[in-house]
Amino acid sequence: MQDAVLAMLAKEPAHGYNLRARLQRSLGPLGESMNPGQIYVTLARLEKAGLVVCERAGGLPERPERKVYALTPAGQQRVAAWLAEVGWPKPDLAEFHLKLAAAAAARLADPVELVAAQRRELLRRLREVQRAALNEPAGSRAGLLLEGVVLRLQADLRWLSACERAWSGNDDEAEDA
Amino acid sequence: MNEPSPVVEVRGLVKDHGERQGRVRAVDAVDLEVPQGQTLAVMGPSGCGKSTLLHLLGGLERPTGGEVRLAGRRVDTLSERALARLRRRSVGFVFQAFHLVEELSAAENVELPALLAGRSRREARRSANLLLERVGLAGRARHLPSQLSGGQRQRVAIARALANEPLVVLADEPTGNLDTAATLEVLRIFEDLRSAGQTLVIVTHDERVSATADRLISMRDGMFVDDTRMVGSGIGSGTGSGWLGGLVGLEG
Repeated sequence: MQDAVLAMLAKEPAHGYNLRARLQRSLGPLGESMNPGQIYVTLARLEKAGLVVCERAGGLPERPERKVYALTPAGQQRVAAWLAEVGWPKPDLAEFHLKLAAAAAARLADPVELVAAQRRELLRRLREVQRAALNEPAGSRAGLLLEGVVLRLQADLRWLSACERAWSGNDDEAEDA
Repeated sequence: MNEPSPVVEVRGLVKDHGERQGRVRAVDAVDLEVPQGQTLAVMGPSGCGKSTLLHLLGGLERPTGGEVRLAGRRVDTLSERALARLRRRSVGFVFQAFHLVEELSAAENVELPALLAGRSRREARRSANLLLERVGLAGRARHLPSQLSGGQRQRVAIARALANEPLVVLADEPTGNLDTAATLEVLRIFEDLRSAGQTLVIVTHDERVSATADRLISMRDGMFVDDTRMVGSGIGSGTGSGWLGGLVGLEG
């Protein structure tokens, strides 16, 4: 969540409510489970960690929302590191989904490249498990557990294929997510 | 170390299906080299041209343009007769639907290519027995295909593909009709072939198959869109196998 919020700020400084709207648009129905105040809690943490700075926007004193958040250099570095990271086995689908959206919106990286990197990593792991499975005698119980891992990796790989199809060729309509 | 000459070499390969308006470019200007001993997996959605590519490599179809070489020898310009001979002697095919002769026993199916290549009955029999042993089916030599499981039938088909010690084995969705256990059996045999230095090109939807290859090419619309080497450096960060424990809930 923190990383996704930071990456959204890579495009341009933004208000909290604007970030929240963009997050919810990216997440669709899954975004509805987000606590309304969560974005502000996250922003406060990021500010405390020195990754974002908060500035009071001028004008319109009757508007309660006047804080504009922007990345610090440390925040920018963190975003770059997050984009380059290929995490697993905690395949946080929403996080990866937001990473692709943020990368495209801020033109930080080619989403198709991010998918390819993640795919290579998953294939490497699938190869490792598959090797282990091949070394198990037929009908072994340990083999059954490995089979579970194989199936999960396959499911993730298939979803990545869907991501690749969706993101290839439509980089100009990357919304403003 | 000397760079061995590629077993399969393809330059500017093009294949069109259909005529005039209905024409579809199935393979679009593809270049490929498969060195001796490499296991190459080709993945991609249905209709991306991967099966057509395999057929072109094995001389089952002729290209619209470009060149195909097997062990340095140009094959796309061969006469039908020479091409048929090359297919019999130098290429082993494995198909999703096994394509065994139902009236012949496992051993007879495996003997067939050797007999067609002009080897003696005795020699063909001897080599068929060795091959069936190699795929773990020595005890099933007399069985008809209908008496064998899907996995066993595919192993017979692999033994048959090996009958003439082919330069390359071309497999089209070899695990497409198989369950998990049978897929593992087939992958074990491929692994065994790989360590014996057999060159393999496998077209597959199955990530389990592609993950065990040395190299993975992704195809889309007749073109290669990704080419990943699975051995050596360059893949992943080598985080060790601790991740596996985390995944199945054994962390900490």
